[in-house]
Amino acid sequence: MAPPQKHLLAIEGMYPPRIAAFLDLAESFVLLNRTGKTPRDRLRGRTMINLFFEDSTRTRTSFELAGKRLGADVINMSVSTSSVNKGETLIDTATTLNAMHCDLLVVRHAASGAPALLAQKVEASVINAGDGTHEHPTQALLDALTIRRRLGGLQGLTVAICGDVLHSRVARSNIFLLSAMGSQVRLVGPPTLMPAQAERLGVTVFHDMAAGLAGADVVMMLRLQQERMTRGLVPSAREYFRFYGLDEAKLAHAAPHALVMHPGPMNRGVEIASSVADDPLRSVIREQVEMGVAVRMAVLDMLSHSGANR
Amino acid sequence: MIFFHNVRLLDPAAGLDQPGELLVRDGRVADLGPALGRPDGAEKIDGGGAVLCPGLVDMRVEVGEPGGEWRETVASAAIAAAAGGITTVAALPDSPLPIDDPALVRLLRVRGEETGSLTILPYGALTKGCRGIDLAELGLLREAGAVAFTDGARAVGPARLMRLALTYARRFEAMVIQHPEEPTLAEGGAATEGELATRLGLPGIPAEAEAILVGRDIRLARLTGGAVHFAHVSTAAALALIRQAKDAGLHVTCDTAPPYFDLNETAIGDWRTFAKLSPPLRADADRQAVAAALRDGTIDAVASDHQPRDPDDKRLPFAQAASGGAGLATLLGVTLAQVHGGALPLARAIELLTAAPARLLGSAAGTLAKGAPADLCLFDPERIWQVVSGALPGHAQNTPFDGRALEGKVVGTWKAGRRVFGG
Repeated sequence: MAPPQKHLLAIEGMYPPRIAAFLDLAESFVLLNRTGKTPRDRLRGRTMINLFFEDSTRTRTSFELAGKRLGADVINMSVSTSSVNKGETLIDTATTLNAMHCDLLVVRHAASGAPALLAQKVEASVINAGDGTHEHPTQALLDALTIRRRLGGLQGLTVAICGDVLHSRVARSNIFLLSAMGSQVRLVGPPTLMPAQAERLGVTVFHDMAAGLAGADVVMMLRLQQERMTRGLVPSAREYFRFYGLDEAKLAHAAPHALVMHPGPMNRGVEIASSVADDPLRSVIREQVEMGVAVRMAVLDMLSHSGANR
Repeated sequence: MIFFHNVRLLDPAAGLDQPGELLVRDGRVADLGPALGRPDGAEKIDGGGAVLCPGLVDMRVEVGEPGGEWRETVASAAIAAAAGGITTVAALPDSPLPIDDPALVRLLRVRGEETGSLTILPYGALTKGCRGIDLAELGLLREAGAVAFTDGARAVGPARLMRLALTYARRFEAMVIQHPEEPTLAEGGAATEGELATRLGLPGIPAEAEAILVGRDIRLARLTGGAVHFAHVSTAAALALIRQAKDAGLHVTCDTAPPYFDLNETAIGDWRTFAKLSPPLRADADRQAVAAALRDGTIDAVASDHQPRDPDDKRLPFAQAASGGAGLATLLGVTLAQVHGGALPLARAIELLTAAPARLLGSAAGTLAKGAPADLCLFDPERIWQVVSGALPGHAQNTPFDGRALEGKVVGTWKAGRRVFGG
């Protein structure tokens, strides 16, 4: 058995039974959330701080709801990224938070590894809510829960992760999680948006959507930021949509039961057509949001009662 | 007078490697040989069989002055250098106040003399302000004592500028030192592009960025007849190009630094910002190629590439942290690891640290010849010690070798016959 887990910084290297345990606990919270009977005594008396160095509405709200439904005292701190010395702010903030005796620290930061740096400096459990282009562990957990509930498991599935893999922390966490749980992962995207030596992560790389989606059980779309066009990685939005935007024609190459996923927020008409995103038979994008709260409740609960904490 | 007895005399410049004795008089090497006998009145130092070699010549050092004194001062660099057996350094010009004026060249020379333990040979800025736009006053800087020209950690990007630099510097018999990293490929990068950077989500710099600039500058050296020197070469591809250029008789030389033959990119695992260097640490195949090139002569010199950094520069998320590692105190020990590993003869290792860089810099240092200033390094090649950040001599503690056990330690350093370390 792996030692008790204090932080959730990355999926890479996580023991598969532990991933399964997070998912199992999250599953139970899904039902409790729907009935409104969440155990508000689980985190009573604990302080959770949402520390967001990057703007985010949905992830922050999801964590906030998760904490409140378990009875934690939740505080949101938004730290402007425009301050000149981001790094000093990070360490200084850590020192401040330590003095406040916070128990759970949810961190989003534009720099890869920032939550790991914080974890060395604070006594709280640190939860990575997205760091640079490194990882976004709770997103991968909620994606896995969504897939598992829809398709019955993760073992043996073919999952196509499509789009701007190079800059995607969601893609990295999903690659590590899905591979650990026995899925076959494909990466599909333009060569300029594919990270170097991606195949060394145990995935198959495609540059053509028809080939990459062929027979896939899950099609996971990634957000394409406008900045990629201004920096010349992609010539234009319309060209991108022509070759990599998910529309009905491209989706037809996937398995008939294939799920369509997106971590949000979507750029309609850039990486995904509205007709696909809003198709109730294929799209599970809204369900992903629901699973997000359950998964974050499970993470908060497990880290708080793991033995690495009181 | 100082009489060194029971030492292994090692002077690669003279092809000397034998047990013997050495006499220092009036700050200079008066005599050396198998058995001199102690003259009356001479202080006797029994080396116990340790190696006595010329004080090391380190051709790539950031001394912190002028303008970066919170990171390092000439005084603190001199302490670290003496502990590392180094008696001469070439100082990089891209300090906060760039060395692009003759007065600043003279200032650095004097600041070195004031320490009494360290000769500073200043490099002149290649371009005004090291900004990479207009050539600096190379002639005036050379007259003031600049030993070569470089923009330090900044690559000379435009091919036209490099062509001008090589052409003009040739008139003053000075080499141009390049930080060989194609700037547009390296922009924003924090680690060598590849699997590790992909896993960590760090912006990558392709290893090819080095070979691209090396290849271009070799062609410009051929075109202009100028002399180009590539600093801290770190890839097999660049070394292959340099080897070819040397075979073709071009004025092309290079150095490397200990991290590039002792560490590979995995040292940055767990976001260790002390291992964030420029150029970034490479894949192990490149590290092995660098080690091989020390032996076969493709690499002319080993320099510490000492880049002092403050904790505030380094205690940041990896991509935001400053690159650079402290290297003065570990230069000899890490180079000796190659000797102990059987990859490098001891005499060659010492040549790379003494005579070879002195020759490149046009300096008379780096030899035990009779009449030469008695800049000496006495080291025990087998003594074991551990590199500990926080306990290094001098000020800068940002070593990429933190925790590394090394075999080979300086036991004494002399500058012009005066003991400046040990004893």
